[in-house]
Amino acid sequence: MTADLMLIWPELILTIGGLITLMLGTFLGDRQVGIYQLSALLTLAAATAAVVALFGVQTSVFSGTLSVDNFGGFAKLLIYAASFVSILIAPRFFTSGMRAEYPALILFATLGMGIMASSRDLMTLYVGLELNSLAAYVLASFMRNDDRSSEAGLKYFILGALASGMLLYGISLLYGFSGTTDFTGIAKAMGGELNIGLIFGIVFVLAGLGFKISAVPFHMWTPDVYEGAPTPVTTFFASAPKVAAMAMMTRVVIEAMGPAVGAWQQIIIFLALASIILGAVGAIGQKNIKRLLAYSSINNVGFMLVGLAAGTQQGVEAVLTYLLVYVVTTLGAFLVVLQLRDAEGNQIESIPALAGLSQRRPGIAAAMTVFLFSLAGIPPLFGFWPKYLVFEAAVNANLVPLAVAGIVASVIGAFYYISIIKTMYFDDKSDTEIPAGGGVIAEDAVITASALWLSVIGYLFIPVLAVISASAAAVLF
Amino acid sequence: MSGFPILSLMLAVPAIAAIACLFVGDKMARWVALGATLATFVLGCILWANFDIGGAQWQFQELHEGIFGRFNYALGIDGMALMLIMLSVFLMPLCILASWESIKSRVGLYMSMFLVMEVVMIGVFMAQDLLLFYIFFEAGLIPMYFIIGIWGGANRKYAAYKFFLYTLLGSVLMLIAMIAMIAEAGTTSIPVLLNYDFPVQMQTWLWLAFFASLAVKMPMWPVHTWLPDAHVQAPTAGSMILAGVLLKLGAYGFIRFMMPMFPDASGQLMWVVFGLSMIAVVYTSLVALVQSDMKKLIAYSSVAHMAIVTAGLFAFNQQGIEGALIIMLSHGVVSAALFFCVGVIYDRLHTREIDRYGGLAVNMPAYALFFMLFTMASIGLPGTSGFVGEFLSLAGIYEASSWVAFVCTTGIILGAAYMLYLYRRVVFGELTKDDVKAMPDLNPREWAVLAPLAAVALWMGVYPESFLAPMRGDVTTVVARLAPAKPAGDAHLAAGKPKAAEAHHGEAHHAGGVQ
Repeated sequence: MTADLMLIWPELILTIGGLITLMLGTFLGDRQVGIYQLSALLTLAAATAAVVALFGVQTSVFSGTLSVDNFGGFAKLLIYAASFVSILIAPRFFTSGMRAEYPALILFATLGMGIMASSRDLMTLYVGLELNSLAAYVLASFMRNDDRSSEAGLKYFILGALASGMLLYGISLLYGFSGTTDFTGIAKAMGGELNIGLIFGIVFVLAGLGFKISAVPFHMWTPDVYEGAPTPVTTFFASAPKVAAMAMMTRVVIEAMGPAVGAWQQIIIFLALASIILGAVGAIGQKNIKRLLAYSSINNVGFMLVGLAAGTQQGVEAVLTYLLVYVVTTLGAFLVVLQLRDAEGNQIESIPALAGLSQRRPGIAAAMTVFLFSLAGIPPLFGFWPKYLVFEAAVNANLVPLAVAGIVASVIGAFYYISIIKTMYFDDKSDTEIPAGGGVIAEDAVITASALWLSVIGYLFIPVLAVISASAAAVLF
Repeated sequence: MSGFPILSLMLAVPAIAAIACLFVGDKMARWVALGATLATFVLGCILWANFDIGGAQWQFQELHEGIFGRFNYALGIDGMALMLIMLSVFLMPLCILASWESIKSRVGLYMSMFLVMEVVMIGVFMAQDLLLFYIFFEAGLIPMYFIIGIWGGANRKYAAYKFFLYTLLGSVLMLIAMIAMIAEAGTTSIPVLLNYDFPVQMQTWLWLAFFASLAVKMPMWPVHTWLPDAHVQAPTAGSMILAGVLLKLGAYGFIRFMMPMFPDASGQLMWVVFGLSMIAVVYTSLVALVQSDMKKLIAYSSVAHMAIVTAGLFAFNQQGIEGALIIMLSHGVVSAALFFCVGVIYDRLHTREIDRYGGLAVNMPAYALFFMLFTMASIGLPGTSGFVGEFLSLAGIYEASSWVAFVCTTGIILGAAYMLYLYRRVVFGELTKDDVKAMPDLNPREWAVLAPLAAVALWMGVYPESFLAPMRGDVTTVVARLAPAKPAGDAHLAAGKPKAAEAHHGEAHHAGGVQ
């Protein structure tokens, strides 16, 4: 037991750090923004260090319910980094003062996501998922005086509860027909004859998980929640939970359902193609940049699912690489959105207001261009590389029609990315003033670093990425 | 020279200048861009001077394995690549000069985009790794999108979208084919893949996927429609580089990838290329005849010329392919010059309507002379570069199929018709319009652009051996690779029977040669 505790240091640190942050907020009042922000950031840094220290350990703890391995470690590093940035950017957004609940809730959500990524048992998985979701519902409606924010929270909660119900129903079916909630045990049951109960279980579990990664047709909440939630929260939603949910889905699909490839592969293929196409088509008419990025995230999840559909180690490596590049791009793009304020300091979210941005704020416009071309997967930007990897995995797994359909649909996606670039570069200046300055050095640094990394420099990291993602993916096979 | 990474240096010079241009003022940006492109041109000349004609197939090779993990930083050139690199680096400084005065807004960004374009274009010709090639090939979309979209004409946004999405849609299928090739052959190295024998069944699919991409880039009928829009809306220098070099990427892909890598499929599907080329030659020439916009007319003529290139390439013989390559070089120079000629009068009158001009020979004699030279070169008058390429490729096509040669030759007649008709309406006739009367003749900057272009067009027409010699060995290699898959032509050529020469005379001559 004590030995097990030594292996979940990241989770322990997050729990304690989250509680301390909450206490600091309670006793110091809402004025001391810096102190509890610092406490949350330090917590995340310590948890990151703990994950790094545990890298290479491969074992399971607490009677096999939680796994400590490189796969979970890789996902956790990404999640922690995304949470770190989400806390870093918050104080400037919440001009009336950031309350201490914000970093504390992010820490609790992060804790839940870490558990999602490393659970090897359906019950632990569910606990992690709910821990994350409950924190996320509150975060979505964090600006409680704002109608859109409250609506986002409510919508997220209702649809999230529905999805949790479906997931639980699927879990109960899987448990009923395999006699266990342990992934290894379920895989054993899947290895034999598939009965109708197990198939229904697979369908419901995948539907529930599909909601969490916002894959089409379970994506309806995404644009509304992304638009309504405060921008730092949207930044958080678009990055960290995507990693956690995708890691969780990968683990469930490969470890628990691995032997029943025939049963889940077609579902994943459908989710992938539907997400790519609908994510692209839905984005075309959008006038709000946050809604547009929501559709873009749906679209990108579709590409990740192409890698997952391959069901091979190469496919999982591709998914992990994709997640990393996606998180960097998304964080960068949302940071740019955060920088856009008019003369009164109000956030600018409408795309037409960005007209002529390249002449007002050339640096910001250039960075956004890098992020958008990267999301579209146009070489030489680094966003091309993970797309290449997922399609390579699909082709090598004899899923050529999927690869062809996916890559052709990616052209539709390119249309709306380049249309934002058109607005920023080709159109005449809009009436909206977007004064420069007011930027925090940390934000500018993150934007610059991610834009540089996504331009040609990222290619130099391919060998390192390949080694890390291979060591993480190998755990599942 | 061996061991010195001259190819990397040629990529680095414009790349660094491209970044620098973003951070300096307008005036400085022009000079930086001109300096960098001229420096790259000098490097290109050094490259040509040191190229060992008849030596190893791949020269100046650079290979750094592992820095990109799954694929390599591998550069190297053969004769064909050398010539196309020379074309690119020759045109770039002229493009910068051509936009010296006509581009007034956001000059730094403009120059930067052109320099990026140069990196990408010469990178495509240098790449010896399949993925590196693809990255360069696709990367060209981004700067061109900006060039058309920001500095283009009235309908520039539509044209930029169309250019981007059209060419992207084609390219992505090629990427899937490349993934399949890498999986099959287990390597990304182009020289290795060139000699890898893919299964015949697979070749057909790969060929079709490559064709989808390259036919759009080429552009071939019926996927050429992006080209007139892009040309008409692009700024003058954008059209020059688009017609001069970007259109050559498609043909380069044909001869570098499709023909030697999938020889069986190329043989089987030859009729597709011939069929589309024949339609393109006649159809686009006829369309060019009725254009009222000068740039559109030249754009359609480009499609027709490119169709002769594809037909020449798929003739599968030495003459046809050499001719096609010369047309590529010649068209690169001549169409760039023609677009610049349009740009010269556009800068003065701000319209491309043919009817708005007339009688320019009176007040712009130097301009009329240059325009005449390039018109003739486009038609293929002997002594100009166009003649050499068209004659060789048509001779090659005749060997493969006399009917294709017959139809393609009508393209030359129609070409003469639309070009001379254009020339007559713009340059000859009465000088009646007041604003046209006020147009001054060429200024020194315009002379500086047109004179080198004219010199090269004549050089290529009078002594094409300078350009053919480096490529000859590579063409022979491709022809040898294609030989087993080559269908029988309908020409049944047989060598003539020359009169038997006197025996001792021949021996004496031979002996003299040895001494």
